[in-house]
Amino acid sequence: MYNKRPDNRKFDELREISAEVSVIPRADGSAMFKIGKTVAIAAVYGPKDLFPRFLRDPKKGILRCNYNMMSFSGSGERIRPGPSRRSKEISFITEKALSPVLDLTDFPGSVVDIFIELIQTDGGTRCAGITAAALALADAGFPMKDLVSAVSIGRIEDKIVVDVSKEEEDYEKGMADIPVAIMPRNGNITLLQMDGLAKPSELKEALKVAKRACEQIYKVQKDALKARYKK
Amino acid sequence: MSIVSNHIVNLLEKDIRMDGRKADEFRDIKIEYGISSKSAEGSARVTIGKTEVVAGVKMEVGTPYPDSPDEGTIIANVELLPLSSPEFESGPPGIESIELARSVVDRGLRESGSLDLKKLLIKKGEKSWTILIDVYSVNDDGNLADAVGLAALAAIKDAKFPKYDEKTEKIDYEQKTKKGIELNGLPMPVTVVKINDKYVIDPSLDEEKAMKSRLTVTSIENGSVCALQKGGNEPLTVEDVDMMVELGVKKAKELRKLFK
Amino acid sequence: MGDLKIKDKDIVVPGEILAAGMDFLPSGGAFREGEDIIASQVGVVSIDGRLVKVVPLAIKYIPKRGDMVIGTVEEVTNNGWFVDFGYSNFALIPLRDGSMDYIPKGADLTQYYNYGDYVVANITNVTKSKQVDLSMKGPGLRKLSEGVILKVNPAKVPRIIGKQGSMISMVKTKTDCRIVVGQNGLIWIYGIDPVKEKVAVDTIKMIDEKAHIQGLTDEVSAYLEKKVGGEKRTTVDGKEGEENVQ
Repeated sequence: MYNKRPDNRKFDELREISAEVSVIPRADGSAMFKIGKTVAIAAVYGPKDLFPRFLRDPKKGILRCNYNMMSFSGSGERIRPGPSRRSKEISFITEKALSPVLDLTDFPGSVVDIFIELIQTDGGTRCAGITAAALALADAGFPMKDLVSAVSIGRIEDKIVVDVSKEEEDYEKGMADIPVAIMPRNGNITLLQMDGLAKPSELKEALKVAKRACEQIYKVQKDALKARYKK
Repeated sequence: MSIVSNHIVNLLEKDIRMDGRKADEFRDIKIEYGISSKSAEGSARVTIGKTEVVAGVKMEVGTPYPDSPDEGTIIANVELLPLSSPEFESGPPGIESIELARSVVDRGLRESGSLDLKKLLIKKGEKSWTILIDVYSVNDDGNLADAVGLAALAAIKDAKFPKYDEKTEKIDYEQKTKKGIELNGLPMPVTVVKINDKYVIDPSLDEEKAMKSRLTVTSIENGSVCALQKGGNEPLTVEDVDMMVELGVKKAKELRKLFK
Repeated sequence: MGDLKIKDKDIVVPGEILAAGMDFLPSGGAFREGEDIIASQVGVVSIDGRLVKVVPLAIKYIPKRGDMVIGTVEEVTNNGWFVDFGYSNFALIPLRDGSMDYIPKGADLTQYYNYGDYVVANITNVTKSKQVDLSMKGPGLRKLSEGVILKVNPAKVPRIIGKQGSMISMVKTKTDCRIVVGQNGLIWIYGIDPVKEKVAVDTIKMIDEKAHIQGLTDEVSAYLEKKVGGEKRTTVDGKEGEENVQ
C-alpha cells in the first residue's frame, strides 16, 4: 500500500507550478514552465523554408520539435551531450502532442521549429516540455484551436498520483508512469503513454485525474500569456 | 555593408552607440547562482542586457592523465543553442562553440592559474576529480563570448563537491559537501571589437555584424593577460592590439567587482 | 439565445470560449466551433453588436496583395531579386517590376539591388501556393539607405501607424525622422540628429510594448514632448513625398 508521498503531497496534488512567456526575445515565441524542480524552456522559430525539399508538405507547414536535457540537468551523473534515443522519442511525441491544435495551411512547404531545453529535472520532463512549447506557440501568434497542457500521472502500488517526481519514478517496487497531454477545452488527449503495469480501471482513473490536473496547469498557462500584457 | 552597419559606423564617428551607451560601457549585467541546484554541483545564469547564458558544473571521479599523475582535469563544453538564435543550427557544437569553449573558458581557467588542478587529486596516479563545465546560450543579443566566460566562472564559484566514498569508489550526488572548487583569482574575459577605427566593448547584435575584427582579452587581478583570442575577418595592427588589451584589462577590473 | 463569456477589452488566449450560441459571429483571432465562439490567438476582445472580434496581440505575418513590406535581398538571379521579408518563402521582384527605369538586357542586376540591401516593396500577387511577387514601381518604393531597422510583431503595425497615419505622423514630426513601416513588422527609421533618432526608436518600441493599452496616444505624445520638447518642424525631406499613407 502506498500511503505517503515522499514530499507529503496529497495524491491529487501538483507541485508548485509557474510559467512565463517571451523569455527568449530573439525567438518568435518562447516560454518557461516550471513544475516542482523541473524547469523547461521552449523557443519557436518559423515558419521558414524547409530543407531538404523532399520533406516539404505542399499543403501546409510542418512542426519539428527538438527536445534536449542540458548536461547538468539530470540527477546523478552528467548527461552526455547530443541526441539520445530517448530525446528523439520525446521530440517525436511532442510534435504529435502539439500538431492537433495548430493550423499551418497558411505556410505551405515550410517548417516551424520548436526547441525545448531542460535546465533542471525532477520528473515529468516531457510533459513540462510540451506545456512550455504550447505556450511558446501561442506567444508567437500562431493561430491555435486550443492550448495543450500536460502532466505525468503515476500508478504507485494501489494509488493513482498526480505529477510524479523523480523519486516516485524510481520507486523501488516499480510503478506505472503515464504522461498525458490534453486540450483543455474539450479534454481531448493528444499525448498518452504508459510505462509499467496498470489495470484498465486504474487507467480510467488516471485519465480522469489528469484532466483535473491539466485544468490547473491551463490556468497558469493562461495567466502567463495574459501577464505579458498587463500594465 | 548593410544600412544598419553603415549607420553604426557613422554614429560611432560621433562616439554615439545606437543604444546610447559609451564605447567602453557594459550593458546591465546580472549573475544568478544555483539555478539548477538540485541537479548540478554548481550552476549559474548570466545576463548581459538581453543576452542570456546558463552554465552548470558536474563532477566525476576518473584517472589522471599519465603525463600529469598528480592533477585532476577540467573539461569545458559550450553549446550555442538554436533555441537562442535563428542563426544557430542543431547538431554537435560548431566551430564557434568550440572556439568559445577553448579560448574563453578553458584557457582562461588553465593559464590564469586560478584553478589548481593539483587540488583535484584524490590519489596520485589513480584517482582524481574531473570538473565538467557545460555552458549553453539561451538568448543571443550580442557578446555571448563574455557571457559564456562569466557564466562558467560563476558556476565554478557556485560548485560544491559531492560526497565521495573512497572505499566503494562511489559518488553520492544527492549529498553535497561544504567543499568548493578553490579559485585563486578570477580570470575575466572582455571582448573588444573594432568597428572602422573605433574600439567598442560589449557589442550588441547589430554591432557584432558591423565589426571588422574582435579581440577577447582575459586577464587576472594583477593586470596580466592570461588568454587572447582574435576573431573577425580583418587584421589588427600592433597599435590596435595594444589599445584593445589595455581596454580589456581595465574593464576586467570592473567586471570582477560583480563577483564580490 | 446566446451569451457572452467575456467583456469588451478583455485579453483572451487560444482555446478560451468567448460566447455560446449561434447569435454571435466570430472575427479576427476567433472562430466558431459548434455553438461556441472561441479565441484562436492571444488578443484583445472587441465586441460590436453580434460581432465578437479578437484583435491579436501577436501574429505570424501572412502576405496580402497590396501590402507594403520591407525585406532584404538574398538572391540576385537573371529573373530578378529574391527578398526575405520574414515569411516562409522569399518573395520575388521580377525584372519587369524592378524599377521605373528601363533595365537593359544583360545589365548587372546587383547595381540595382545587391545582396543584403534593404528594400521597400509592394506585394503585387500571392499565389495559392503562397508564392509572393513584389514590385518596386510605385511611390516610396526603393532601396533604403542608411538607417536603423526595427522588428516588431506585425500585429502591432496598425497601432504604430495609427488611424489614418496619425500615430506615426506624430512620431515623424516630433523627431524629424523619416520612417517607413512595413506591414510585415519591419520598420526603417532615419534621423539626421542621432539623439532624436533614438527617441523615435524608443517611442516605437514603447508603442510595440503597450499597443493594447488605452490612452496610448496621449502617453506617446507626452513622452515625445518630454524627450524633444515643443519644437515643431516640417518633415525633413520633401524629395520622397509622403510615405506610408494608410
